[in-house]
Amino acid sequence: MAGGQQRGRVHKKVNYAKYGYFFIAPFFLIFLIFQLGPLLYTVGLSFFEYYKHGFHEIGPNFVGFRNFTDVLIDTSGNWFQTDTFRALGNTMLIWLSNFVPQILLSLLLASWFTNTRVKLRGQGAYKVIIFMPNIITAASISVLFYSMFNSAGPMTVILRNAGIIAKNFDFMNDKMATRAIISFILFWMWYGNTMIILIAGILGIDPSLFEAAQVDGATGGQIFRRITLPLLKPIVLFTLVTSAVGGLQVYDIPAVFNVNQGGDGLPDFASTTITMYIKKLTLTSSNYGKASAASMMLFLVTCIISVFFFFVLADRDKKPKKNKKAKEA
Amino acid sequence: MNMSTGKEKSYSKSIFIHKTIRTIICIILCILSLFPFALMIINATRDSASISKGLSLIISTHFMENLSNLMKKAEGVGTPLIKAMINSGCIAVPATLLCVYFSTMTAYGLHAYRFKLNHFAWSTILAIMMIPTQVSIIGFYKMILMVGLNDSYIPLVLPAIAAPTTVFFMRQYMKTALPLSIVEASRIDGSSELHTFNRIVVPLMKPAVATQAIFVFIANWNNLYIPSILISSASKYTLPMFIQVLRSEQFRADFGVIYMGLLLTILPILVVYLFLSKYIIAGVALGGVKE
Repeated sequence: MAGGQQRGRVHKKVNYAKYGYFFIAPFFLIFLIFQLGPLLYTVGLSFFEYYKHGFHEIGPNFVGFRNFTDVLIDTSGNWFQTDTFRALGNTMLIWLSNFVPQILLSLLLASWFTNTRVKLRGQGAYKVIIFMPNIITAASISVLFYSMFNSAGPMTVILRNAGIIAKNFDFMNDKMATRAIISFILFWMWYGNTMIILIAGILGIDPSLFEAAQVDGATGGQIFRRITLPLLKPIVLFTLVTSAVGGLQVYDIPAVFNVNQGGDGLPDFASTTITMYIKKLTLTSSNYGKASAASMMLFLVTCIISVFFFFVLADRDKKPKKNKKAKEA
Repeated sequence: MNMSTGKEKSYSKSIFIHKTIRTIICIILCILSLFPFALMIINATRDSASISKGLSLIISTHFMENLSNLMKKAEGVGTPLIKAMINSGCIAVPATLLCVYFSTMTAYGLHAYRFKLNHFAWSTILAIMMIPTQVSIIGFYKMILMVGLNDSYIPLVLPAIAAPTTVFFMRQYMKTALPLSIVEASRIDGSSELHTFNRIVVPLMKPAVATQAIFVFIANWNNLYIPSILISSASKYTLPMFIQVLRSEQFRADFGVIYMGLLLTILPILVVYLFLSKYIIAGVALGGVKE
């Protein structure tokens, strides 16, 4: 970069800098029209009463924070008992229960695949196969699991015949079982992806550090805890944040897996995620004001989680800050 | 690993044990990954009655029957399976081209030129990466309704131009693969800036363009959320929307047909993956954070 600057000075007669604006213009133009515009519009809508009643459109009338209080407090005055918070809770539960085992298993596999002492054979094949579920249409996978686990599905029948589940147990009628299957699908789809990112991260660590530790007689576990994990922090942080952003937006799998005609996650709303709920408010009830307020809640929760990860993982020493600068330079 | 006796024999023995255990676990995970696919293929050849009786690892003879039943039932969806695939392609192909070309362009603008807002633009792009797109869906939907572009593919394709993750990836790649001296040389030869970009930069970026093209294509091909909000007429249904209908009441009873439908919907991507898996995996590794 510094070199570029010097050369720039040599050619001072022609000002090339303006071309930079030319090249980034399409991105920012489209961003303003299709992303920033709608985002600000959504923020604005969240302060308006705006819904359809039959064929009549009510609003937009400015109501201040009433949409937000509607989203936070239910009709009988209880805080956080609304559908928005139930949907947010479902989303968080599904995300956490797939993400925690996912990152643990990915870390374990990544450390195995990069271990030079215990060289595993057929690593290439393992990676290709483990990554495979990630590329398939999520909707297809949901239908597949639905057909395996519905009350007449082969898995349910086998588990019943084997006596593992009760004779009349129905995965689709049990809140926890439905959520568990959704989490399992997400886990199964994404651990290959996380594993490969972590492998890339571990391979990026200076190998001389591992050699030095080995010479000093460190065990595999010690090397992993004392060298790999601390140096892997930026990549783990990246994985955590992208996973949180993605996990809170999860839509395809729960929206196809176990839903009724109205798009509510069965049974009893237990698998409705926040994006499904927002879509329902937008399309089915046409309650744009409330849907916008619910969107802002999603935005807020995403921000809190991202900032939390940055704070917990990055603020302990100044290293990640330097990394960030290096990235920007 | 807890043997610190230092004896060569026990050391190599412990490595052997570790290796065996790890290999077994990896093989179990591979079976877990492949099992649903195998199930899909096998069940697509079986009739509904035998599927509901239980699992089988043997291919049966009802393949053609399931296929013709699926084709018959798919007419009820409003768009045939093939049409749904073409529809998805009509979104995914232009979106991929736009996304990859303009992301490379944006990354190049940030990489090759020193201008005042360069730093600000890059920080903005990093920040956009953190914002979930679905947060602004209501504003997006209302806006599209206002300009009358609902039930059209334009709002599904055009926004692909502003893809922060692809820009991020391209810029990371340029740092290592695009020396600015090449740009200088072409300037001296009298090439215009845009010409240099199209004729020299884009070809040099081919490996990054190829891996990103795969990801963007898969993401658009598989996208369900935004199409299911914007598209209302059945003849414009995309493949994932078609699959969503597969799960509805009219299909629920006929398992053979469902599995056949699933098999056909995943087939194109499965074939692509078998040929390109090496690049896809390299692409994921590259897309993670490289210092």
